[in-house]
Amino acid sequence: MQDLKLKANENRGLHQLESGKDLYGWDEVTQGSVLPSFEGDASKIAHLKAEERDYSNYNSYTATVASWRVKKPVFNIDVCIDCQNCWVWCPDSSILSRDKQMLGIDYDHCKGCEVCVEVCPTNPKSLLMFGENEDLETALSQWPEKKKKEK
Amino acid sequence: MAVKYDLNEREVWDGNFAASQALRQAQVDVVVAYPITPSTPIVENYGSYVANGYIDGEFVMVESEHAAMSGCIGASAAGGRVSTATSSQGFALMAEVLYQASGMRLPIVLNVVNRALASPLNVRGDHADMYLGRDSGWIQMGAFNAQEAYDLALCAFKIAENHDVRLPVMVHQDGFITSHTAQNVYPMTDEAAINFVGEIDPVDDMLDFSRPVTYGAQTEEDWHFEHKAKQHKALMDSRPIIDEVYEEFAKLTGRKYNRVESYNMEDAEVVIVGLGTTVETARVAAEQLREEEGIKAGVVAIRCFRPFPFEDVRDALEGAKAVAVTDRSSPGGAMGAFFNEVSAALYTTESRPLVTNFIYGLGGRDFSIDEAKRIFKEQKAHADAGHITTDIQQFSGLRGPHLGYFQTKRG
Repeated sequence: MQDLKLKANENRGLHQLESGKDLYGWDEVTQGSVLPSFEGDASKIAHLKAEERDYSNYNSYTATVASWRVKKPVFNIDVCIDCQNCWVWCPDSSILSRDKQMLGIDYDHCKGCEVCVEVCPTNPKSLLMFGENEDLETALSQWPEKKKKEK
Repeated sequence: MAVKYDLNEREVWDGNFAASQALRQAQVDVVVAYPITPSTPIVENYGSYVANGYIDGEFVMVESEHAAMSGCIGASAAGGRVSTATSSQGFALMAEVLYQASGMRLPIVLNVVNRALASPLNVRGDHADMYLGRDSGWIQMGAFNAQEAYDLALCAFKIAENHDVRLPVMVHQDGFITSHTAQNVYPMTDEAAINFVGEIDPVDDMLDFSRPVTYGAQTEEDWHFEHKAKQHKALMDSRPIIDEVYEEFAKLTGRKYNRVESYNMEDAEVVIVGLGTTVETARVAAEQLREEEGIKAGVVAIRCFRPFPFEDVRDALEGAKAVAVTDRSSPGGAMGAFFNEVSAALYTTESRPLVTNFIYGLGGRDFSIDEAKRIFKEQKAHADAGHITTDIQQFSGLRGPHLGYFQTKRG
């Protein structure tokens, strides 16, 4: 299994999006349902990486939607050319990349849409969809060979 | 720095011009607008004040009223002082966004120049648009003339932006009768006006980069109810703050407003309860009937339609014998909404006066002094008989056969 908490700080994906939990009364909800994204002063955090930021419990960073997913993308570092195409196209900012080096996937927020697989230009692809419970080793052992050009 | 605008102690302004001068003096930062008769001059004048340097503000012309209120929400969430104006169909198109503004607790001031809703198409004043806003979570105040349109617009900013309120406010005036009738208006000086309204002190403003916030969150059955309850409480709790602002305004100008206005009510037995310009007509009728026929007639007017002054309206009417509640909006298969609200308040009194409902003045149909007198006299007949002698709901000032519904089971 790939590292599920890759580049995550403590509260990433802490909350399940389920109703009926942590409920409190009308007198404690925020005015106008306005929700602050960070704890404390956020004026100097623009240059910080996600794992270095102090996200509040209202931020989607602290929620996980992993349960929505039935298939997951698996990343094969040996084939990847770090083109960043998947990072550009991912609709949920779930491709984790540092210094233009592809690292893997944020499995707390990935919904399994398969866009990263679709846009991956390598041969064979560096991202492929596997069953949610498939472990990394088994997935990598099933990786296809490079396709030969047909004459 | 804005160019100085010369003002006389007494100006001759119509309601639209008066409202636009209040926007100038309150130094509104952003007006996002789409024009519609009869409210157009309010935003048009603001645009000209910006263009001619009388105000440092932003006039944003958009493609519809839906976009106008959406733009106001953006500017208000950013932390600005924001206002616009609309009427009728424009108000209807805005309706969806009105609920967003109040739910987000944004202190936008909307000048509504009341006009009938189509179909059939009509540009003149009735209260159909005002009624459409009554569940939208906005504070709604009614001006009966140009002076009040000016005064209440200034008060509206101070009420809306108060940190214990933080709710949008509508200031209503009647289309054409108020908006286009030039009258004497006594403005404050620019300095006195801005000192009264004060600078906006933003809350949760999106331009505060030290504290980024989300506006427009989604809440399902586990949270939505709590948020709406908190919003309702804010609206109910705004009542004493509205009173304070009216009090402070009176100290500066000598013009005292009340959430419920009472005229000749000390000993009144028969009463017309009304909204808008109808109030001034009814007051004249009451005075004349007192002189001519000795009928103890009085008028109760609702200045603050939302939050509805349940207690004050009850206190004002408790001593009356017969009360006519006048609805200037097509009731759509029910008793008039205003009648229902006043009746609900009176039902909880010991005296429970006789209450009837008049549907009148739709599409700008004139409401005359004679008509008001006839309504007073009918109330006198009810009071003398001890029960309602007519239909409970009647259309008044309508051509054709009598149209009315329901009879009393009392007496």
